[in-house]
Amino acid sequence: MATPEPGPSPANEQKYLIEVSDLCKRFGNVVAVDKISFGVARGELFGFLGPNGAGKTTTINMLTGLARPDSGSLRINGLDCTKNPKAAQHLTGIVPDESNLYPELSGFDNLCFCAELYGMPKIERRARARELLEVFGLKDAGERKFAGYSKGMKRKLTIAAGIIHHPLILFLDEPTTGIDVASARQIRQLIAELHQAGTTIFLTTHYIEEAERLCERIAFIVKGKIVRIDSLADLLQPMQEMKAMLLSTSNCTGDLYGQLTQAFPDINFKPVSDEQIRVESNHPIHIGPLIRFVEQQGCEIIEARRLKPSLEDVFVQVTGIELAAMKMDKEKGKGNS
Amino acid sequence: MKQWIAFWSIVGKDMRTYYLKPPNISWGIIFPIAWTGMFFIRSGSGLESIHTLLPGVIAISVLFGTTSMLAVTVTFEKTNRSFDRLLLAPISLELLMLAKTGGAIVFGVINAFVPIILAAFLVDLSGIDWGVLLPAILLIAISSSFMGLLIAVSVSQVFEAQTLSNFFRFPMIFLCGLFFPLTALPLFLRPLSYLLPLTYGTDILYGAILGENIMPMMLDMVIIALFCTALFYASLRNIHRKWIL
Repeated sequence: MATPEPGPSPANEQKYLIEVSDLCKRFGNVVAVDKISFGVARGELFGFLGPNGAGKTTTINMLTGLARPDSGSLRINGLDCTKNPKAAQHLTGIVPDESNLYPELSGFDNLCFCAELYGMPKIERRARARELLEVFGLKDAGERKFAGYSKGMKRKLTIAAGIIHHPLILFLDEPTTGIDVASARQIRQLIAELHQAGTTIFLTTHYIEEAERLCERIAFIVKGKIVRIDSLADLLQPMQEMKAMLLSTSNCTGDLYGQLTQAFPDINFKPVSDEQIRVESNHPIHIGPLIRFVEQQGCEIIEARRLKPSLEDVFVQVTGIELAAMKMDKEKGKGNS
Repeated sequence: MKQWIAFWSIVGKDMRTYYLKPPNISWGIIFPIAWTGMFFIRSGSGLESIHTLLPGVIAISVLFGTTSMLAVTVTFEKTNRSFDRLLLAPISLELLMLAKTGGAIVFGVINAFVPIILAAFLVDLSGIDWGVLLPAILLIAISSSFMGLLIAVSVSQVFEAQTLSNFFRFPMIFLCGLFFPLTALPLFLRPLSYLLPLTYGTDILYGAILGENIMPMMLDMVIIALFCTALFYASLRNIHRKWIL
């Protein structure tokens, strides 16, 4: 397992736009962030992945100036933000986990207002607001009040507001949570385009597929600690050896999972649902004996699907947290991590 | 320069979005007129009593005009997290909070002129010392706004801010000499009066309109300025302590 990266050193200072070293934050007796260290390179799309309450939003809040670290150091573009959180705010754009624009202002006015907060002159901000409404597919809704937008539109406008002032670094906190599939896809596309245009992006998410699709490097954070940080390729590499398959069964009455585990000790079986079992092995899985055994138990295999190893497997292996539990947890307590 | 663009933008947005709306205008116009009418009828001494009532009505207009909306412009925005957007902008906290109170101050000053304009139709106001009255109105507007700000940043919900505002505002009508002289108050309540900035503001208003101030007006102004500073920095401290965790 790769260990968290060391804090800033003279060499890292050249390399990283965001440098975090031994950052700690407590709320009473609860340790929200526990001595985390990492760096984010210029132009990188860095993912921060963890379950609800892992410390993702607290970390973003410290990076952006909404929370004060108890200890550790934090630099953005070389500026020390530990003591002076305002130092680097002109370099950053923030998209919080909830769309927090002004409901009574129109989309266009919201964007202009956000640009004014960064001191953009009138002609420039109006042109930029129009440009972003166009890019985000909100041109026709520009004069409508934000309160009347759909969730997906609100999310897009909030991202547009985050980049109105051409920030060097964009912090995206759960950008696609709670929106429809089509809007989420559009937003992922927009994030990828922003990244291609050279914006450094710090993305927190609990959607593993999203992180896998977008991020170049990923940190897994659990209970305030970074348990693994690596490039996507390096994270996935060990899993390439693993063979995995999903068996869908029917008419099973007994404990098929227990029976399979006993009969095939070299293979790992994981119940996914009442009718699905995940099969894993480091060697090729011979499907014939498996099917015969299952049928002998009075069950029927209706599908055997090969699974491609994914970041989800790495996450589960590293953190021990099952994805289904993580998603359910997030839906229950949205926004508290 | 960039910070000032942000400053005026926040003031302008708050004025457009919150202050120039019918419910808020009712606080600034209907409420003071109702109070004036009540005291006017109660006095039974005809139009002459308008001069005597004017300082109190001006003070009450400013007090309610300034404090009513801070629960919305600050506490509500904090609750729905749009205030975080302001905290994340590259503008100093001092300037940000001045911007958030700027709209209230302007609105309070405008409110002060509602009873003055109405009175001008009924009585001769040529005896007023405008050179004293105008700074007095401004100082009352600033101190009341900062008091509203302190309340707004001390609570987490809008209803708490409104309840706490009323907890201070309504007693101030009686404790600050708006319609009754402080000497008419029971002895044990008088020290409380001197702990409220509006007492000193009202004293200047009485001096400017009737020439009947109790304390030297310059001293009143210095004391209000000290209250303003204390209230503003107490508000900043609360934001640092409670909102930037």
